[in-house]
Amino acid sequence: MRSQTDQLLRRILTDVLGLKPGQADTFDADTGLFGHLPELDSMAVAGLLTEMEDRLDIVIDDDEVDGELLESFGNLLAFAEDKRNAA
Amino acid sequence: MNASSYPCPLPDGSSADEYALVFDRGLPQRLLIIPALFDEGHRLRRLCVDVMRRLGGSGIDSILPDLPGSNESTADLATLSLADWTSAARTAAGYFGATHVLALRGGGLVAALGLPGWHYGPVKGASLLRTMIRARVLSSREAGREESGEGLLIEAQEHGIELAGYRLGAAMVQQLQAAQPAENLTEIDQELLGGSPLWLRAEPDADAAQADALAAYLTMAIRK
Repeated sequence: MRSQTDQLLRRILTDVLGLKPGQADTFDADTGLFGHLPELDSMAVAGLLTEMEDRLDIVIDDDEVDGELLESFGNLLAFAEDKRNAA
Repeated sequence: MNASSYPCPLPDGSSADEYALVFDRGLPQRLLIIPALFDEGHRLRRLCVDVMRRLGGSGIDSILPDLPGSNESTADLATLSLADWTSAARTAAGYFGATHVLALRGGGLVAALGLPGWHYGPVKGASLLRTMIRARVLSSREAGREESGEGLLIEAQEHGIELAGYRLGAAMVQQLQAAQPAENLTEIDQELLGGSPLWLRAEPDADAAQADALAAYLTMAIRK
């Protein structure tokens, strides 16, 4: 059973990357994001972070954004879960 | 579909002929489309034109004007502010005899024209600005330069800034930071169009089903 954050994050990635319905359901913790998916340039990453803030009701500090965060779906999800738990 | 233009007032008191794409058969129902701002304007342009074609088939004229400093305009964006874009939109509405307005995303920040209409994907000016500043911080970091978003915003409000290739003057930054969507417009939610928002796509894309849904909604709403 996926958490609400997990479901929302898959939905956000579907929107930003223009994925087909269901495609994000195949993501696992090791699925690569930044660097593996050529669509994610800095403007797309910025849009992704703003959408995460709006839909997950969190605030992301620019200092928290680095290559590691965006390396895999698992890393991004863990970050989002921590943020929501701390809120 | 035709290329047209309208006499757009500029802040120095002069006027420029700004480009407008029009579906104009002299019909009584005439929709002015205020485009999304900055890079989102590019990503939503195809949707705008797809909707215009469909409205034309339903007997509704539509006009998609360039805001000065964007798209085909030769006006210097750095000299312009949101207030100038509101003037431009109002001038275009009068010149083309618009009866209704559709604002997309940030276009709703310059859409208080006294016309009935709709706002697709409303967004605050501060949110658009924050995303563009964040993109700059990220790309600077990739290039080995550390910049702070807060520092850039303060600097930008005093001296202007270049974000995502757009040279914004201090007045534009200040007005964006404070701007709220026009209140008299009816919000159109993404749920109505189905699919995922085209302005979020990393690569510009088209979606015929979304254009169908938006045009069908507008046709019914305009005819009501």
